[in-house]
Amino acid sequence: MPSLCRDCARPAEDDRSVCPHCGSGRMLSHPELFDLSIAHIDCDAFYASVEKRDNPGLRDLPVIVGHPGGRGVVTTACYVARKFGPRSAMPMFKALALCPDAVVIPPDMAKYKKVSAAIRALFAKATPLIEPVSLDEAYLDLSDGVRLIDRTPAVLLVRLARAIERDVGVNVSVGLSYNKSLAKLASDRDKPRGFAVIGRAEARHVLSELPVTAIHGIGKATARRMAEAGITRVEQLQSLPEAALVARFGKFGRALSHLVQGDDPRQIVADRPCKSVSTETTFSRDLSALPPLAKALEVLAFALEKRLKRAGLAGETVVLKLKTADFQSLSRQSRLSYPTQRADVLREHAMHLLEREADGRAFRLIGIGVDHLAPAESADPPDLFGARRFG
Amino acid sequence: MKLTIERAALLKSLNHVQSVVERRNTIPILSNVKIEGANGRLSLNATDMDLDIVEAVPAEVAQPGATTAPAHTLYEIIRKLPEGSQVEIEQSGDDSQLVLRSGRSRFTLASLPVTDYPVMSGGELPYSFVLGADDLKGLIDKTRFAISSEETRYYLNGIYLHAASSDGVPVLRAVATDGHRLARVEVPLPEGAPGMPGVIVPRKTVAELRKLLDETSVDVTISLSETKIRFAFDDAVMTSKLIDGTFPDYERVIPADNDKVLEVDCKSLSQAVDRVSAISTEKSRAIKLSVDKGGLTLSASSPENGSAVEELEASYEAGPMEIGFNSRYLMDILAQIEGDAARFAMADAASPTVVREVTDSSAVYVLMPMRV
Repeated sequence: MPSLCRDCARPAEDDRSVCPHCGSGRMLSHPELFDLSIAHIDCDAFYASVEKRDNPGLRDLPVIVGHPGGRGVVTTACYVARKFGPRSAMPMFKALALCPDAVVIPPDMAKYKKVSAAIRALFAKATPLIEPVSLDEAYLDLSDGVRLIDRTPAVLLVRLARAIERDVGVNVSVGLSYNKSLAKLASDRDKPRGFAVIGRAEARHVLSELPVTAIHGIGKATARRMAEAGITRVEQLQSLPEAALVARFGKFGRALSHLVQGDDPRQIVADRPCKSVSTETTFSRDLSALPPLAKALEVLAFALEKRLKRAGLAGETVVLKLKTADFQSLSRQSRLSYPTQRADVLREHAMHLLEREADGRAFRLIGIGVDHLAPAESADPPDLFGARRFG
Repeated sequence: MKLTIERAALLKSLNHVQSVVERRNTIPILSNVKIEGANGRLSLNATDMDLDIVEAVPAEVAQPGATTAPAHTLYEIIRKLPEGSQVEIEQSGDDSQLVLRSGRSRFTLASLPVTDYPVMSGGELPYSFVLGADDLKGLIDKTRFAISSEETRYYLNGIYLHAASSDGVPVLRAVATDGHRLARVEVPLPEGAPGMPGVIVPRKTVAELRKLLDETSVDVTISLSETKIRFAFDDAVMTSKLIDGTFPDYERVIPADNDKVLEVDCKSLSQAVDRVSAISTEKSRAIKLSVDKGGLTLSASSPENGSAVEELEASYEAGPMEIGFNSRYLMDILAQIEGDAARFAMADAASPTVVREVTDSSAVYVLMPMRV
């Protein structure tokens, strides 16, 4: 079986547990190792790792990145902290109850962006086809004719992971497969500092053992609906014909019938154009009265205008996002007859939506965004009545 | 209640009333239509609490009475019955069911108590006048395309109907605008209208009214107060709430001194705009008009699609200029012009342009230019 040393990146003749070249025990073996070229690379506990890198005294301590204080949530928990239970998106008070000794560090997004850019620069040496998902993860297409270095994708990835550790100072986990869903699934199977491979021969079987939420596109709501029908494992979905899935889940059923068989037609798209721009804020105390909600919205509308202007964009649909005290998210939208980037227009439309929702419920978060983006030149055509407001 | 009615007659009336009923309702009875049989007539009533329509059709009433039934379901059933069939509607003792029979089909529909059906009180409608169906059609057709659909500018979500004076002649005027274009049309002020308040007739009412007008050419009696308006036809009466808002002072945005006058054949221009705009992007739909003494040149370009140019004959005496418009807005206006020629009065590339029919001054359109 093809093997590869994860330390010296040299292939081995046969299936060995120790590298014949460097003596490392980190050997990677898989029948399809040299035949796969779609990768998902995910930084391990990214924000926390960056903080540890910059402050070595923290190395063995439980570190949580997130806003301290009553309302904050965990952005990232390092692997030391995770042993005690804290996870991303967990309310900070809960995380600290589980892990009272944790060092809490407020996020420094500017720093993480810089680190992320350094990682992306390393990716760019391997392939131009990089699809970033967030600051700390990306898909890479290393297929023949795409990749820039004449090595097998697996060797390239091992070198890349090593370079990121050495030059940037954070660890990554790599998933290698033949499509995006499976590559993503793989990167999650051997964390941290992992390298997992899912080949064509095993994909269906690997999927069959997973809960339905492992499938791209099945979120909480769909999973709940499936559970009501007694479906909790991918295996059960695999046994249903496409027609049955379509009958039950509509249009998504079609995509689902392929995904559960390990078939994912989505291509890796470099520099996916941005589809929406938004900004939001979490309150220090839940708010239910309209005036303070309106005030928060106004501030956000100006922030959104600034963002849109900087990006040279305008949006034709205004989206209001709210999260209730019990974590129910809701979003409402209003379509304009032209794209806008003006704070007063954004605010006016979002206010109109907010007035209908502010019925006494307590909200913990409010956000405003735009969809249906258009270039700034087409924004806010002149109006017959000059000012937007009259009457 | 028990009655028999011809399918075609019932379908026609149901078609009018069912579209008033909203698809989604939080109040269950608003999904229903009220059915009443009496004096050889079946009367149908639908409402969304803002708009109410009552329509009567001849029927053979064996036993008078009234009930309610789900409007959309009833409409679906009647629509699917074979042409020429007779429909029997019967409600026995209790209020909860309605039985409908036709040929070999039999339907049992859930009904809700007729006593719960909301009644839209007309209130007093102190102003009343009669308008020919064609005049009313004209007022609607030439303005409705400019109605704003932006909910934040709710006072623009309808047609502003009011009495005005046009060069000293009293007129009934309809105005609609969305801030990008404006349409103003007028007919001689009918008897009974002087002194009427200016009212904003909501978009949905306009749409439903227009449907009723499609099938009639008789006069329509319009009665109104500051809050409600009623349109009475031979067999149908529509009552609607009015938009509670102030329509902006539109006169001040209709330029009077635009001196760069372009006259062009309306149909040729419309077709050329349609062709050239095929190239402009879906988002902007921008088209450029370049005019000089030699005529008019239309052009459009987009980074993705390429570019297009078309030249037209036109009469123009002022200095050369270029101006951009939203091609769809321009075509909307050209579609309303009945005569052969359209007259564009322009000032500059950034100011509103006035469009009229060369031979008729009763309709005025204002179009805001675009940056091109």
